[in-house]
Formats: sequence, structure tokens, C-alpha cells
Amino acid sequence: MRIDFKLNNQVVSIDVEHSKRLLDVLRDDLNLTSVKEGCAEGECGACSVLFNGMLVNSCLIPAVNISGCEIVTLEGYRGTKRFEAIKQGFEQCGSVQCGFCTPGFVLAAEALLSSNPNPSKDEVIKGIEGNLCRCTGYQMIVDGILAAKEVGKGLW
Amino acid sequence: MKAISDSIKRFDFDDKIQGKAIYTSDYHLECMFYAKTLRSTVPRAKIKNIITPEIPQGYFIVDHRDVPAQNYIPVVFDDQPIFAVDEVNYIGQPILLVVGEKKEIIQKIINSIHIDYEIIEPVLSIEEAEQAKAPYIFKNQPYFVKYEYSKGDLDKCIKKAKKVISDEFRTGYQEQAYLETQSMVAKYDGHTISVYGSMQCPYYIVEALKVALGWEEDRIRVVQMPTGGAFGGKEDYPSIPGVHAALASIKSKHPVQLVFERQEDIQCTTKRHPSLITIESYLDENGTIIARDMYVKLDGGAYAGLSSVVLQRSILSIGGVYDIENLRVRGTVYATNNVVTGAFRGFGGPQAFFAIEMHMENIANQLNLDSVELKRKYFFKQGDLSSTSGEFFDPIVLNVITDKVLKMSDYRNKRTHNDASKFKGVGCSVFFHGCGFTGAGESDLIKPSVRLKKVKEEVELFISSTEIGQGTLTTMRKIVAKVLDIPVAQVAHHYPDTLECPDSGPTVASRTTLIVGRLLQDCALKLKKRWDEESVEIIHHYQYPSHLSWDSKTFQGNAYPDYSWGANVVEVEVDPDTYQVDVKGIWAVFDIGTPIDRKIVQGQIEGGIVQGLGYSLMEVLESRNGKLSQDTFTTYIIPSSLDIPPIMSELVENPSTIGPFGARGLGEMPLVGVAPALASAIQQAIKCKITKIPVIPEDILRGIHK
Repeated sequence: MRIDFKLNNQVVSIDVEHSKRLLDVLRDDLNLTSVKEGCAEGECGACSVLFNGMLVNSCLIPAVNISGCEIVTLEGYRGTKRFEAIKQGFEQCGSVQCGFCTPGFVLAAEALLSSNPNPSKDEVIKGIEGNLCRCTGYQMIVDGILAAKEVGKGLW
Repeated sequence: MKAISDSIKRFDFDDKIQGKAIYTSDYHLECMFYAKTLRSTVPRAKIKNIITPEIPQGYFIVDHRDVPAQNYIPVVFDDQPIFAVDEVNYIGQPILLVVGEKKEIIQKIINSIHIDYEIIEPVLSIEEAEQAKAPYIFKNQPYFVKYEYSKGDLDKCIKKAKKVISDEFRTGYQEQAYLETQSMVAKYDGHTISVYGSMQCPYYIVEALKVALGWEEDRIRVVQMPTGGAFGGKEDYPSIPGVHAALASIKSKHPVQLVFERQEDIQCTTKRHPSLITIESYLDENGTIIARDMYVKLDGGAYAGLSSVVLQRSILSIGGVYDIENLRVRGTVYATNNVVTGAFRGFGGPQAFFAIEMHMENIANQLNLDSVELKRKYFFKQGDLSSTSGEFFDPIVLNVITDKVLKMSDYRNKRTHNDASKFKGVGCSVFFHGCGFTGAGESDLIKPSVRLKKVKEEVELFISSTEIGQGTLTTMRKIVAKVLDIPVAQVAHHYPDTLECPDSGPTVASRTTLIVGRLLQDCALKLKKRWDEESVEIIHHYQYPSHLSWDSKTFQGNAYPDYSWGANVVEVEVDPDTYQVDVKGIWAVFDIGTPIDRKIVQGQIEGGIVQGLGYSLMEVLESRNGKLSQDTFTTYIIPSSLDIPPIMSELVENPSTIGPFGARGLGEMPLVGVAPALASAIQQAIKCKITKIPVIPEDILRGIHK
């Protein structure tokens, strides 16, 4: 089936099989490897992407459902000023270790800050509950997002 | 970088934050094929027949007949086959691979293969192994190894003792749950096999390929890719998918990618050993502990793997931080038809420290003493002899560590106050982690080497130690740059490639900073003396410190080259209606000598503590009829951001005489002490003994209504 959608600010038109997940289309067909497969059942958030601005697990979305929608992956996001703020926050606070969950957390931070530009610590903790990290223990990621919020004041 | 402890930007940060780091599953080679593993679905059986459909052109079956040399994975006892031949011994054991271009077709072929099994009665627990109900799995015995050592004279003390206090503890499985599953890519060019993958120990895979292929090392290349977490789960296990991918590439003449699915990964890779531990303490008329008798039993699963080494660490830790003159310590790791157990952060230590710390708590309760004060009476200090009668040469500052953690957490006040109020509790644990390989293993088994190369002003360091998130690519550069007094950016360091990197040993046992870091420090000192030369290359080898000694047969001497020390306090509130435990805070103080990078150290501490919290409270993993009941992230619950209490940690800087710039090992220790501190807190809250982890609401319900 042929679908048209907006991907990282560009219009894309591709053939997809009905059985494919958005995750497969992004990784295998479009080579967007920042999107990781961690569990394939929507528990870990490593495959997080922005779907019309909302954070979703791309392993749970049938690819045919994205027709006419807008998808943003880290490849499309990493050129933005907002990304630079998150990058700076994460660097300051040591939010990255093995890095496998990191793209998902960056997009989770974007989704949170775009709906709530001034979250409290508890709101950040709630905002990243759908993303698992096995290395950091989360506190340094929470601190990274709180630092990003300050660095990027006015961007969200 | 002013001081070595000052944090710098991690060298792997930019690639990772931008999503540009290429992990193994992101690595696509021209004309690459995929492989999938067909695994045993029964815990124990003879394979009578394998019925395969007609295989389409361009697709391949790879099994034991494709192993050109020897069909085993080299780990200590060399008992696990690369592919099952005529028997299987655990659910998930690999039987064959299907290899080809399209994943859907591979899956169809896998689905249509039928294995005809003749079921053999399995051994499914430590107790069943002890009772020897079913035929033995390993040689003519129910266990892989058993060990015993002693100190002083236990029997004399038993006769003299006025009081005996006994406890039995159980601990469960734990899954490493690295976010990136096991993954490998292999490429055969007609002469050389190259394996790229997610791993902790590139040279383990080199050894495994040498055994399987019968080739010389110059035809074998192993390259570590950015690795999405490991925690011990990528120590020995990757040798299996590494060899599998290599055999698939050699047979199909295409590069082959082998990536595990999550459920497959949980079902078939190595786990933390479940344990059954008994401790008896003998007290004299004054209530002084004069002797102890301790027994650690582990479930090793179907193949020996690293179980013997895990058991060693367990029995070398079970004495805790206490100087008791008379000891008998025994340990057995049993062979069962459960999943193979192996390395996991702490490596036998977490089970042992849970048991000994809870036992000390119970002694204090029986004697009506404050448990911290009881523990203090027996704390090891410099010059004491360890449980294996090895002298502690460095200063031990357990009192400083304990005072600090008590003060930070307001423990005294909470402990006293909590006694009056219901369902609140606070607990404290004190522990160590032996850093580096057991005994003289660093010199007898590992023989690590490092290489430094200087061309003009640029230096490159070559080691096989891997970056698995813990900061190796940053900390090792810092050590070299500091010695040479050059900017850290002038030192290059890449993910290890065995073509270029000498074997600096596996990335395990909290040894990278301590042992490899020190080798690099010494190597850099040699280089500094020759700095005027335009181009220099120096290889530096490990030497066992002359003041240490170890007898691996009798377990006598210095059990580890160095020790790190720590204390935790955990505060809880238990909900009397739901029996849920709300962890209010975790406080931690560690002596890791000089921290090499404070931010990296903080990351190791907090991550380890949270993994320890999962182990103690959430991560239920049970084997039923040889099958793990919790094999997805929906059923195997690791902590999320909502499960994390505030974590407060501090360091006591007591420089090591062994490690670089006074650093000791760190990676594993933060996990080790959480369970006993948490269980002690729950014990105080519900006024009932906790004897197993993870502590789940059902245990609390039973405890409260006893």
C-alpha cells in the first residue's frame, strides 16, 4: 500500500506492507537508526518518535496508520535549537551512559517541554515514565531535562 | 582537567545524544543476510529427529555439523555445545540457525521445522539436584563445583558456644535487562572472519572462534560496536551468538546479522544465580560472636559457564565486613535444567551480602542490641586478616563510612522514632566489593597488557576493555593524559578491535579502572620518559603485586588485589492495606579511593543502586518447569522513573595503593548493598523477619498476619 506522510519536515511517499510496524519502516526502509527496538511491545520507549507532536512507541503503530500524518525522529529533531538545549542539559547532568535509550529520552523531553515548558521535578518524572533506562537510575536524566528547560527558556 | 576527579565531557556523548552511534542492529553491510535461532522448547530431552522442510534457494540451515573444529564454548569447563547435538538441557538452548535474505521467510522455515524429542526427567531446583531424583546432568555428580575453606577452629567453638543463632535466606533470579538485546554481525571474506557486536569481552569471542573454527588467531577479528548496556550479561554469553553469526557467514558466504528478540533474550541468556544460604553464628557467654558456619548453594542451570567463579565470589563475600576468628565456609553450585546462570553486576556478592547483613540484623534483634553498633564491634580494619587469612594492607575506614551515611540519612533519629510508629522503617547495610579477578587470577589467568602509541604530539591507547556505558572511553584517556600532562583531546581511544588492541582482559569484576587504568598509568610513565622521540610504541604487561599471595586450592591468602567499601541506608513506608513498599530515600557512602571522574562515578552509583532496588523489590523472575514465567518487559518489571526514590550519595576518599591515582573499583558495588538495607527497613516496618528477595507484597501480607 502506498502512503504519503511528512517525515522530519519532508514529504515522503512509500510503499509499505500491511504487516509492517512504523518502527520497521523507519529503521529498515528509511534507515533512520536513531529509532531503536528495545522490547517490541511498547514497554521501553527506545523506539519513541513524535507522531503529530505526540510521543508514541513506533513498535505499536501499524505503518499504514501514518498516512497523512507527521512523524519526527531524532534525525529530524537534532538540527533544532530545542535539541541543542536538551543536549546541553544532558551533557551537564551526565544523562547518557550506554546511549541506547537516549534518542527516546530526547524525544520524550521534547514532548514534555512542548506541552509544559516549565515542568516541576515530579512532572518530569511523570513525563518520562514510558521510557526505560537501565544505566542511569533516572535521576541524572531528570536533572538533564530540568537543566534543558533552563538553558532553552523561551524555546518551548 | 585540573584534577583527575574533575568531570569532563564524555567522548561518546555527541554520537549518542544525536542518535548517530551505530549499534550492531544498526550496522548494515552490503548483501547482508539475517539469522534466527531455533531453540529447545523443553528443559531436558534426547533429540530423536529433526524434520526440516525443503529449504528455498539462498537459505541455509546451520547446525553442529557446520562446526569445523570443536563444538563447545570455552568457559572454565567447556561443557556447553555451540549447537545441541543429540540432547538438550534447558529451554532456549540453541539447536540450529536458519539464515537467509528475508526475515519473514526465515521465520516461516523456523515455524515448519519439527523436532522430535524423547523427554528425560529434568532437574528443576537446588533441592531436586540435592535429592538426585533424575539422572545427573554434569559428569557423575549433581553439582558443577563445591568448595570449602576455613579459618581458626570451628569445632572447638561449637563446643564452647553458649548460644547459636541460625538463619536461612533465599534470593531469586535477576535479568540484566540491558536495553539493547544480544546482537552480532559476522563477515567472512574467504580468509578472515570478522565479528562485530555488542559485548564486554572481545577476546572471549576470539577464543570461542579459535575453538569452533580451529583457525589461528590471525584469521580472526572481533570488533566491539557501541553496546547498549551489559551488566555481566554480555560477558560470556556473546560467544554463542558471535560464533553462530560467524558460522552462518562462512556457510552462506554473506555477511550475517543475528539480533535477539527481547523475549528470546530473556528466556535463553544468562541470569543472576538464585541462592539458598544458611548461616549459623556461635556466641559465647558475653554474647560475642566467636565462630560462624556458612553455606552458599547456587542454581547454576544446565551448563557450568562462569558459575564456579560466581560461587567463589559468593563464598569470599559471605563473611561480610566482619572480623570473626573462626569460620567454616562451604559452597556448591548445582546443575539443573533451568536457564544457565552467569555474570551479573556483583557476581555472587549481592546474594552473600543480603544473607550476612540480614543475619547480623537478626543477631542484634535477639541480643536486643542496636544492629549498627553490633556490626561496628567486628568491622575489619587495616592489618586484620580476611576470612581467607589474607592481610588487609590498606587503611579500612568503615567507621568513617558508616558515620557519614548515618548522619546523612538521620538514621538514628528515624530508627528510634520509627520503632514507635507502625509500618515505617529504616535499615543500614555495610559491605565491600573485591575488585579485580579472584586471588592471583589477574596474573595467572588474565595476564593483561596495554599498548600506547605516540606519533609526534598525538597519543593513542589500545586496550580490549570495552565501553558499555560506564565511561571507559573517557576515563582511560584521562589517566593517560594526566600522566603525560597533555590535553585529554590529544589522546585517542576507539572501541576495541582485536587486530590492534592487546588483551587487557575482560570488562568485568570492577577491574577496568583498577587494573587496566593502572597498567595505562605505568605505561604512560614509561612513555613520558621517551617523550622526546618522534614516534614510540610501548606495550606494558601486568605484574602481580609482590606483597599479595593466593592459594586457589585452599582459598588462603589475599582473595582480591583490592577492595572497595560502602554503606547504605534505606527508608521505607509500608502500606498496611496494599502491602506495597514505598521507598522514601536511599543514602549511600562509598570508599572507591580517588574517583577518576565524579560525574561518571555518580552515574555508576545511582544506576547500580536502582538496579539493586529492582533486585530487592520488583524484579520477580521464576522458573516453572524450566521455563521463565516473566519473559517480557510487561511481565518482568524493572524500575521506571516513577519507582525511584531520592538517592543521596557521597564518597570517602581513601586512596588505594593499587589503582591509578588511588582509584579502586566501582562498577558493581553500588548494587550490592541495597537489598539488605531495604529488607532491614521493611523488617523494622512490619516487625517480621524478611528471609527472601525480592520482597513482594505477598511476603509482607504473610509477615504482617503471622
